[in-house]
Amino acid sequence: MAKTDWPVAEKRTLIGKRIDRADGPAKATGTAKYSYDLNKPGLLWAKLVTSPHPKAEIVGIDLSAAAALPGVKATWKDDLKEALYIGQIVAAVAAETEEIATEAARLVKVDYKPGEHLIKDTDPSASTGNPSKREVGNVDEAFPKSDVVHSGNYGCPVITHCCLEPHGQVTELKDGELYVWPSTQNVSRYADRLGESVDVPQNKIHVECQYMGGGFGSKFGYDKWGTIGALLSKQTGQPVKLMLDRDLELMTAGNRPSAFAKVKIGATKDGVINAIDTEVWGTGGTGGFNAPTVPYVFTKIPNTRITGKGIRTNRGGQRAWRAPNHPQGCFITMSAFADLAAELKMDEMEFLLKNLQFTERPEFDAPKVYAEELKIAADLIGYKQKAHPRSDKTPGPLKRGLGVSIHTWAGAGHASECDVTINPDGSVEARIGTQDLGVGTRTVIAQVVADTLGLPLEVVKVLIGRNDYPQSGPSGGSTTIGGISVSSRQAATTALNTLLESASKRLGVAADALEANGGTIREAGKPTNKISWKDACALLGPNPVTKRGVNVPGESAKAKLTSSGVGGAQIADVSVDIETGVVTLNELVAVQDCGLIVNLKLAESQVFGALIMGTTSALFEEAIYDSRTGQMLNADMEFYRLAGIKDVGKLKVHMMTGPGYDDRGVIGLGEPPVISPAAAIANAVANACGVRVPNLPLTPDRVLAALSQKGGIA
Amino acid sequence: MNSFEYAAPKTLKEAVSLLSDTWGRTEILAGGTDLVTSLKQQVTKPNRVVSLRNIKELSGINDKRGGVAIGATTTLAELIENKDIKKEFPSLVTAVEGIGSPQILSAGTVGGDLCQRPRCWYFRNGHGLLARQGEMSLPRDGENRYHAIFGNDGSALFVNPSSLGPALVALEAVFTLTGPGTKERTVPAADFFRTPKTESERETVLKPNEILTGIFIPTKGLKNATYEVRHRHGFDWPYVTASVAFALKGGAVSEARIVLGHVAPVPWLAAGAGSALVKTAVGETAAAKCGDAAAQGAKPLSGNAYKVQMVKTAVKRAVLAAAAT
Repeated sequence: MAKTDWPVAEKRTLIGKRIDRADGPAKATGTAKYSYDLNKPGLLWAKLVTSPHPKAEIVGIDLSAAAALPGVKATWKDDLKEALYIGQIVAAVAAETEEIATEAARLVKVDYKPGEHLIKDTDPSASTGNPSKREVGNVDEAFPKSDVVHSGNYGCPVITHCCLEPHGQVTELKDGELYVWPSTQNVSRYADRLGESVDVPQNKIHVECQYMGGGFGSKFGYDKWGTIGALLSKQTGQPVKLMLDRDLELMTAGNRPSAFAKVKIGATKDGVINAIDTEVWGTGGTGGFNAPTVPYVFTKIPNTRITGKGIRTNRGGQRAWRAPNHPQGCFITMSAFADLAAELKMDEMEFLLKNLQFTERPEFDAPKVYAEELKIAADLIGYKQKAHPRSDKTPGPLKRGLGVSIHTWAGAGHASECDVTINPDGSVEARIGTQDLGVGTRTVIAQVVADTLGLPLEVVKVLIGRNDYPQSGPSGGSTTIGGISVSSRQAATTALNTLLESASKRLGVAADALEANGGTIREAGKPTNKISWKDACALLGPNPVTKRGVNVPGESAKAKLTSSGVGGAQIADVSVDIETGVVTLNELVAVQDCGLIVNLKLAESQVFGALIMGTTSALFEEAIYDSRTGQMLNADMEFYRLAGIKDVGKLKVHMMTGPGYDDRGVIGLGEPPVISPAAAIANAVANACGVRVPNLPLTPDRVLAALSQKGGIA
Repeated sequence: MNSFEYAAPKTLKEAVSLLSDTWGRTEILAGGTDLVTSLKQQVTKPNRVVSLRNIKELSGINDKRGGVAIGATTTLAELIENKDIKKEFPSLVTAVEGIGSPQILSAGTVGGDLCQRPRCWYFRNGHGLLARQGEMSLPRDGENRYHAIFGNDGSALFVNPSSLGPALVALEAVFTLTGPGTKERTVPAADFFRTPKTESERETVLKPNEILTGIFIPTKGLKNATYEVRHRHGFDWPYVTASVAFALKGGAVSEARIVLGHVAPVPWLAAGAGSALVKTAVGETAAAKCGDAAAQGAKPLSGNAYKVQMVKTAVKRAVLAAAAT
């Protein structure tokens, strides 16, 4: 009988290989349709009316002028009493064209009574509520024992998800059934309570999302616009398209909280850290604030204390942003480490290696693995040849430097169910209510199923993206690949075993002795005793075999089908023009482990994307707000800058594979590689120009300001 | 955007006649790279948009006695593909290439680049060109990292966004403006731009019913170059631009014009910097002194002092680049 365990390296036919993304051509040619692309007959366009005040009492909303505009088919207003940020939704309209809807939205009259607002997030004294506090050991007793103590301030601003495909959906309420085509990271559970506002029970809600253009943690729920879409469709009986415009996408659809920190860190003169004390503050807008973990990764440092202070501001609420809190904690920790290493006149890499004893990961020799990854990263970038003490003494305005960072993440598979059907004609189908965020989920499912059945990839048809398929978890926490590969492996294995039973009579041996290989069912150890896949399937008679595979998180971890706890090391090589403050990323090297890799090409691709996103946060991204008006000034893609292809330098990715990695099962990868880039780049800038640029993003104005302070080259 | 009437006349005369004599009632469409966004942002809400697309004679580059004549609807891509422009005016080519977007180069026009509205985020977010709230200037006390460090004593704190403006002022170009009855007048590039004092004024001397129709650049064999301080390599605005043009006589500079972009509500002629370069043999030291002179008199706002250092560098590098041509 076939077993669910992952095949050993020499038995893998598709798992672990470099295979092109199955939907690449559809995406490249535009045949892949996103929510925004769906234009159903009779489609109406919805536009939102949002608060122009950062804080205001809503006295009244008058929809009559908007409703009277020719072409307007439906209107909606909230019973909200107070607006808490600019961009908060208060009303909506649906009309025959996008232009009419836009004009109608402007005709909605909202009577506001503005109040006092708070925008600034850089002053910890503005925090409300009790600070969070955590202390391990005794920091105050430890610092006097440090030979060197460094104090520094570091900060990351609020940034947004800036999904290229904004949030939203097309909704149609017809004959008591609610159809939704959202852009979502959570197909199976997206609609759980969506029906409440329109009296549609859960069993009459149909959700479909075949393609989506980025979520990064911000697209789990149906959101207010989901409810509004349903209500507007109910009023009209027509399909309604409601996608956020770019400004609203940036203002209201989630952001990453800021984190500003004051760090005091001490070490003995041989470079071993003995204490770290951190005060960290920031804002999640109208959402909450959790202090990022400092020290990050080096959690076993004996004396640590962290105080967290949240500042509630009149900005849109935060949402999970790819590896929530990790990039901020990583940037603060690695910056303080590098600055302390510089004070110790110690090489940054040497300093990290010396302190790896303080790293830990479940069931895993963290110091050993990090050391291995750092060594590979160092070799890839030529660390030995290029490294120099802080401040590049080369003549001329261009200064070059290296910066290092390490990171960690969990990533065990989520709950997932999958049905695999083997048809009597030999064709195979996998059905699973998961979603492909653009990472290659479809491809990976096909690989696992085909490999399990000993078939070529194209025999397997993969159906995903609908809530009437077996349910699978939301794509958050880098849990998808672990979940879907276990459930699809299990389903395929169980289905195969039924087939082996039928074939056993024909081949004259017990099913136990049979295996699927190269398009045949054959006797293990006696490959001449075989039957073709097609003939074997014909033995099933008229009925296909459908079997369900289930990933039960705790159990699959015990069986090592998936597990938790990955890590990686990154090194950046930058040039800083000290006469203009312009930072250029020359090269970024990433070494990453994530257990058994199902598709090496897609895994590397995932890391490339993360490096670009991380680099963007290092060099460009910042939600800029005007304190007086409360307005986000760069709610566009003109001044909310994202890195382009020429801005990211050379990217090198090395995935850890083989014994010690493969045997941990399949683990998620979406988040971890985005954590380190900002830390590594910021450290490289400090190494190049001799001064710490304390706040992200590392824009020319900040670099020049830091250089003009004492200690800079300029 | 609101609904508007669209006109695409075939003659200049007709085009001019379709324009209102009051700002804001009509707008001129060339490449549309700025106007369409402005319409969407409701920065302007015209009743009529007049397209210049069908007026053939407004496009093209021709040799004229003593210089090169450029039609206003010549695209930016056509401009920098032109052999004469490439040979004589590298400062224009660098400025256009810096825009970094093939789409904008293909659609955007020379006249449109010169007439585009400021990118000031208060202006674009509906607070008016001067971004005042009563007596208060929003940028002066707010987020002004991209605003003016020169010419900012009045209400206008935005910077002129034109890529070609500084280079054309440095090269002493002359603009032709055509008004009602196709009546033409010519204006030196330096006088074309102005700093508005009230919300009802615009950033150039164009009248509401005039069209910028042509640009003439004298060919005087000037050494010229542009240096832009840019962070992002793709489509983006520079932080600071310097365009220089100077004549050499016997190894020394006989006349020089240094013009800065993105530092003032107009392309900013740094007269002192020009004088500082005259009579020097251009080298590292002279270029650095020229840069320092260009930064003299800057009055940074709360968040843009960094631009002073950028001006020094941009001018120095532009001077050296011009000398190397």
